[in-house]
Amino acid sequence: MTPPTVRRSFLARTLFVLTVLAGLSPLAAAAVDDPSEMLPDPRQEARAEAIGAQLRCLVCQNESIEDSGADLARDLRHVVRDHVAKGESDRQIMAWMVGRYGNFIRLRPPLTAGTLLLWIMPLLALLVGAGAAFLSFRRPRTATPAPLTDAERARLSDLTRPH
Amino acid sequence: MSDTAAPSSRPASTTRRRLLMAAPLVVAGAAGVGFWRMLSGMTQGSFDPHDIHVPVLDRPVPDFALPNQAPSQGFAAADLRALTRPVLVNFFASWCIPCVAEMPMLNALKDRLPIWGIAYKDKPDNAAGFVRRAGNPYARIAGDLPGLTAIDWGVSGVPESFLIGPGGIIRWHTAAPLGEDTIRDTLLPLAASLTR
Repeated sequence: MTPPTVRRSFLARTLFVLTVLAGLSPLAAAAVDDPSEMLPDPRQEARAEAIGAQLRCLVCQNESIEDSGADLARDLRHVVRDHVAKGESDRQIMAWMVGRYGNFIRLRPPLTAGTLLLWIMPLLALLVGAGAAFLSFRRPRTATPAPLTDAERARLSDLTRPH
Repeated sequence: MSDTAAPSSRPASTTRRRLLMAAPLVVAGAAGVGFWRMLSGMTQGSFDPHDIHVPVLDRPVPDFALPNQAPSQGFAAADLRALTRPVLVNFFASWCIPCVAEMPMLNALKDRLPIWGIAYKDKPDNAAGFVRRAGNPYARIAGDLPGLTAIDWGVSGVPESFLIGPGGIIRWHTAAPLGEDTIRDTLLPLAASLTR
């Protein structure tokens, strides 16, 4: 058996590591952003970050430009901040990006004929599930079994007869 | 198998059961056909999941004015719009390994289709040295050190090539290094059709 003191020190060490990791996580999130990249006005910077989080990095393709360390993502972050500083609306900035890279740059695809199935899939899944549940509850669980024939009854009494 | 005792008494139920058993098979079969088509498209080159369909296609080249890049003469958007014959615009960089691999292709192509290069985020000295060493396939070269012109074209990485038709209209685009097959089967026939 492990002595209790050893176990306690193990617990303490684990807690220490977890605390350090928890303390580091905000640092890790900000590691990509060089402070010199940020806009001086915190409200404008927050807007730029929100827009950037909606834009796909064309190099890594599954990261937003705010999360990506790619050169192109940094350039696009600069472009977003330039446009925010000029006072453009979110819609204008998004249109500027889509005009150059198409809807592919939007991490949240717009509702079009091509993406219709994608957007209504949750509703479809709910409807199919509800339909299946309704049908299975309505249908009787088991049909009444046919009555035993004389031969079956005889066999049953033979099997259950005490020795 | 509790209801095998009376199969003929409930034919509707058996049919439904068989349909339910078949449904996953049908779904799996349809998914299989779909994936097979995607994979065969990827091997034949007709489908690329990473391909980016740039909106500049079939539109005039975006406005730009870039500094000249040695060792060739530079160019601007106006030069592309004044074209009467097709030209291939190739974004490249000395730091880009696929560009190094693409250079022999471009050198073999340059006599059949003029190639104009844009050095992307590359120091002028590095770009000039790289182009000289590779045997300069470019009739003209412009330098895009900040990389902002490339964004207007929808460039997501180097190398990237655009076929420009007469009047400066972008007719074709690839975000991949040019290969022999693409040049022979797609690029040259398209350029020939634009020349007529």
